[in-house]
Amino acid sequence: MSNIVPSPLDPPHAATPVAGRTEAEVIPHPRPPSAARLSEMTASPPSRPHRLLPLVERAQWIAAAVLPTLVTLIVLLGIWQVVCGAEGSALPSPLRIWTESHELIMHPFKGVSLGLGGLHIDETGDVGIAAHIIASLKRVAMGFGLASVVGIALGILIGQSVIAYRALDPLFQVLRTIPPLAWLPISLAIFQQAGPSTVFLIFITAIWPVILNTAAGVQAMPPTYRNVARVLALDPATYFFRIMLPATVPYMFTGLRISVGMSWLAIVAAEMVQGGTGIGFFIWDSYNSSLLTDTIVALVWIGMVGFTLDRLVGWIGRRVARQA
Amino acid sequence: MKKRSYLALEGISVSFPTKRGAFVAVQDIDLSIEKGEFVALIGHSGCGKSTLLNVIAGLVKPSRGVVFLDGDVVDQPGPDRAVIFQDHSLLPWMTVEENVRLAVDKTMPGKTKAERRDWILHNLELVQMAHAAGKRPGELSGGMKQRVGIARAIAMNPRVLLMDEPFGALDALTRASLQDAVMNIQAQLNNTVVMITHDVDEAVLLADRVVMMTNGPAAGIGEDLAIDLPRPRERIAASELPAYNHARHAVLEFLHQRYSNPLDHAA
Repeated sequence: MSNIVPSPLDPPHAATPVAGRTEAEVIPHPRPPSAARLSEMTASPPSRPHRLLPLVERAQWIAAAVLPTLVTLIVLLGIWQVVCGAEGSALPSPLRIWTESHELIMHPFKGVSLGLGGLHIDETGDVGIAAHIIASLKRVAMGFGLASVVGIALGILIGQSVIAYRALDPLFQVLRTIPPLAWLPISLAIFQQAGPSTVFLIFITAIWPVILNTAAGVQAMPPTYRNVARVLALDPATYFFRIMLPATVPYMFTGLRISVGMSWLAIVAAEMVQGGTGIGFFIWDSYNSSLLTDTIVALVWIGMVGFTLDRLVGWIGRRVARQA
Repeated sequence: MKKRSYLALEGISVSFPTKRGAFVAVQDIDLSIEKGEFVALIGHSGCGKSTLLNVIAGLVKPSRGVVFLDGDVVDQPGPDRAVIFQDHSLLPWMTVEENVRLAVDKTMPGKTKAERRDWILHNLELVQMAHAAGKRPGELSGGMKQRVGIARAIAMNPRVLLMDEPFGALDALTRASLQDAVMNIQAQLNNTVVMITHDVDEAVLLADRVVMMTNGPAAGIGEDLAIDLPRPRERIAASELPAYNHARHAVLEFLHQRYSNPLDHAA
């Protein structure tokens, strides 16, 4: 008894009539395809508005999406101006911010130069706001990067193993509620220096959402995927890279996205306490110098950068999920 | 001693621990299946059909009893017993071809890349899905996904093909077309198949034997009916044969009179 008969036996009742019918539709078509193509090529004038129309539609679509935000912004700024416009108001009005912090707003990249060795920041201290942002971003990159790697590894561990979950999850649940600044004394005591202890602070703040979401992703994996892997007798590496990781990626990035936001929250708090450089330091410094308008400009920058980071991680997550 | 069949289940019992003691799903099941035989397992929901199939697949360990396949004891899952899952279980991040390749790479390690690709496409052609090789499961209809699920299973060149209610989630017309596809493939490959089904017509039309299970807990085999219909079978012609209607009647009687749905009694 042979197991495989390579000759494809066409099922007479299924394949033939279907093929016949599609042919019967194609052949009696009144116009030969070449003529149709020709008429399309000669008809270039009507194709032009065709190409323009999507642009106009696109512009309309973008306008419809952006306009409400823009209007809200203008209205809010207007209210702010009216409420705080009076002389001697405790909170500076938008116009006062514009005039008093003009230098800061218009020259954010002061002291930052792009050379062969990458970004160079002037060390004299008289630098634009972007230099502070860059200093903060560097710390976030280190702390968040470390938190991602360790967090994903721990998340997979407690997602996979019931024993590890029981051993570690309660611990994590308690630790994650500790506010970032509460770690600061310990962090300083351990590392003695401002640099590493700030990175540790971000790490310890950012790691929890990564761990918990990765673990949830591993646990939420449909059991049939596991059964497929078992039936195929996949080796652990193939199982990990081809099945578990892709199945968990969306959860992982949910965690990473929360985590990058928390890193940004922590960095500002940390730098306010241990100064030198960074956007947190800048805020504290400008407050101490009674430059409240500068502080407000910094707040706007922090918001924009935080928003960008969030969107960036979300975008990478979508890309990776599609690739994986 | 009598010669053991190609696939032999001997004294299989499965019980699961629950809060109120062990729950016996199936008890003392003996089942012998010859090479190239197509066996349908039919029974009401909760009668342990899936448990039995999972025991053959190696996904569930029996509390007692042994499964022999071609003389070897089966106690863990492996690609020689391919499973077609009810929910197709294709991996959504891989294309159709990659899904099948995952199985092929595992089962044909000695072959070149080109040979494997040919084999993948050959199997996709068997289920008429070669045109969708580059698509992702999300772009396919339910019936097409299950066709790919079948291709993945037969591409593993299994010793036994296990189907766990393969068409249960499909509409009646799609189901019929997939049943035809399975009959065509079976005519070519002559696999040994164990299929779980709820559908009496499906069981009678596709199978050489319909094994009817009693209701759980502690379900067993109630009746083992040989379907004496000539092959190739064709659904309309077969439905007019007395043997078909006789078999159909026998299964219906078993399911709805002798071992009717336990929920009907409760009501």
